[in-house]
Amino acid sequence: MTSTPPPRQGFDYAPAPESRSVVDIRSSYGLFVDGELVDPVGGRSFKTISPATEEVLAEVSEGSAEDVDLAVQAARRAFETVWSPMPGRERAKYLFRIARILQERSRELAVLETLDNGKPIKESRDVDVPLAAQWFFYYAGWADKLEHAGLGPAPRPLGVAGQVIPWNFPLLMLAWKVAPALACGNTVVLKPAETTPLTALLFAEICQQADLPPGVVNIVTGAGETGRALVSHPGIDKVAFTGSTEVGRSIARAVAGTTKKVTLELGGKAANIVFDDAPLDEAVEGIVHGIFFNQGHVCCAGSRLLVQESVAEEVLERLKRRMTTLRVGDPLDKNTDVGAINSAEQLARIRELSDVGEQEGAGRWSAPCELPAHGFWFPPTIFTGVSQAHRIAREEIFGPVLSVLTFRTPAEAVEKANNTPFGLSAGVWSDKGSRTLWAASRLRAGVVWANTFNKFDPASPFGGYKESGYGREGGRHGLEAYLR
Amino acid sequence: MTSGNRIQVRKTYKLYVGGAFPRSESGRSYVVEDAAGSFLANATHASRKDARDAVLAARKAFAGWSTRTPYNRGQVLYRVAEVLEGRRAQLVEEVGRSEGLDSASAAEAVDLSVDRLVWYAGWADKVAQVVGGTNPVAAPYVNFSLPEPTGVVAVLAPSRSSLLGLVSVLAPVVVTGCTVVVAASPARPVPAVTLAEVLATSDVPGGVVNLLTGPVADTAPTLASHLDVNALDLTGAAGDQALATELEQAAAGSLKRVLRPPATEQDWSDDPGLDRITAFLETKTVWHPVGL
Repeated sequence: MTSTPPPRQGFDYAPAPESRSVVDIRSSYGLFVDGELVDPVGGRSFKTISPATEEVLAEVSEGSAEDVDLAVQAARRAFETVWSPMPGRERAKYLFRIARILQERSRELAVLETLDNGKPIKESRDVDVPLAAQWFFYYAGWADKLEHAGLGPAPRPLGVAGQVIPWNFPLLMLAWKVAPALACGNTVVLKPAETTPLTALLFAEICQQADLPPGVVNIVTGAGETGRALVSHPGIDKVAFTGSTEVGRSIARAVAGTTKKVTLELGGKAANIVFDDAPLDEAVEGIVHGIFFNQGHVCCAGSRLLVQESVAEEVLERLKRRMTTLRVGDPLDKNTDVGAINSAEQLARIRELSDVGEQEGAGRWSAPCELPAHGFWFPPTIFTGVSQAHRIAREEIFGPVLSVLTFRTPAEAVEKANNTPFGLSAGVWSDKGSRTLWAASRLRAGVVWANTFNKFDPASPFGGYKESGYGREGGRHGLEAYLR
Repeated sequence: MTSGNRIQVRKTYKLYVGGAFPRSESGRSYVVEDAAGSFLANATHASRKDARDAVLAARKAFAGWSTRTPYNRGQVLYRVAEVLEGRRAQLVEEVGRSEGLDSASAAEAVDLSVDRLVWYAGWADKVAQVVGGTNPVAAPYVNFSLPEPTGVVAVLAPSRSSLLGLVSVLAPVVVTGCTVVVAASPARPVPAVTLAEVLATSDVPGGVVNLLTGPVADTAPTLASHLDVNALDLTGAAGDQALATELEQAAAGSLKRVLRPPATEQDWSDDPGLDRITAFLETKTVWHPVGL
């Protein structure tokens, strides 16, 4: 384990920024209720900024309990009068329309997502937006086939779904929530995260463009208070939440004793296991993608590297070399690999836990890179010599920080991997099929990536074991969350 | 209840934990009456500590039971049905007295219990094909989803149906590889203890099913808040919304899967369907690249 940082590798590229002119950001936005953008009842608002520059992008409405109530009423009316009586094949056509508009406006959505979230344009362009369109396309096809889904001969929608989504994949999480809900005949009230509301508000415009009946989709922007008002509203039949385990617990407590159906997709601390027979270059790519994709703002990020002792030194050397080629900076630049941390608050959390990692005795190493003067930035960082008791091995950091642990036997690897209250995902790297399947069958996690990491598809069920939440999103399994 | 001069040997009704039949560590028992109000038995009054011991036993048994082949778990459950059939006469009497049923109705409940075990036994090696499968992803990967047991499940058994209800909540949980701590009907625990004796002699490994008797107020909150319990079946709280809400709130602490109770206890002779099996399953999705 070399202690001197290797020099910065790779070529210096000329800047290649994507143009912002394709997107037209308004100075202020209302709430999307009953098909119209309306002013909030309380008249309160907040600013959303670009985390890469701290530039104010727009003024966004803060939904109050009354606004939530109006949105739920609109959703209820639309559910009863239009959406649930509509034949599935007609509902499907609206969803196909939305999928197509998402594709047609993909450049605009990608630039807006990158501006508001801070993620590299190549990720919003190649991952978030295409997957969001694919999600609508996939679930559109289910809308008129629900009786064949193996969920009973005559499955019925639940009613109004209250959906609260996080800031790490704003548009994609919207698609994960809205597409299956609508396909099954439910109407929705969605609350985007307070730091990333803009693509959801552009989605509201897309709903209008698709002539989606008013009230089928309602979008109420705001922070924690708005979310609480939504999930505790007596008029909703379903709560779908993606976010922190802490908030997930409070939601589970709040819905106790009600008839609301709940799905929770919460935190993780995934183990990425590298066996000594793994193809090391591929494994290193997988480790980098597992933890530095989307700045590590990924609930299923491979944030604990478990590497077999016999290859640990070599893997770390290759990993550090690879990390020195990562380009950190302007998210709109097409060559950028790692963008901005989403908020000052998240940056403070990453810094705090990293400092704790150092204090507890782990070895800290960051890729040499120049960070921009403005905005929220954290360099890709690894900690070596981490033990299972360290906080950086137990708590979700939700940033570009990797904790490296070692193991000797496969049994030890599995035991360490499962030694966490979370259980969202895991990775296995090995050239031996029987060993890979052995490990996959013993890992207590909802998704196991073998010789790959952070792959998503609308046909593939996603969701956690244990304190990573319950319910599945994606695939036929994802329908279960929205049908009775 | 003596015949001639012979003094009958009375039975001590104990807990069933980790394959053994201990008394409560608290040294308590309580009087169980039959439906007519006559003395039926002294049953063990389980404590919070007994509940924790039972969770420990269930966790210890999970690794072994969940990795048995599905075929083997199916055979074990079928064996339970066989042994239960052999206890038919005893159970008809116990169910009849506990529930106040005539012997024909009690016999029907026992027969249905045996048949239900046979039905669930068959699901052991079939459910994965019904709820799992391959996923057609848009990239060169093999991607499949399969069900796995949730882990340790705490069950409040139905309060009225002392055997059929109990079998109907136990079998769907253990058939997939989960292990169980079940709080028997507090007022009607006698058939439950007999079922535990059947389980103990039916190749069910110790700790797979653990049975507590006594007032649920003593054990249920411990089970609901226990960090090593993965799921909570509140069926036995039917009709007691306050208890159900309190336990569901306690379960939120470690994000347990919670099966909420119906408003009133259901008719257990109905077709059970798959819901009780799937309520305690996790879906695991595995990706692997395809290529040269």
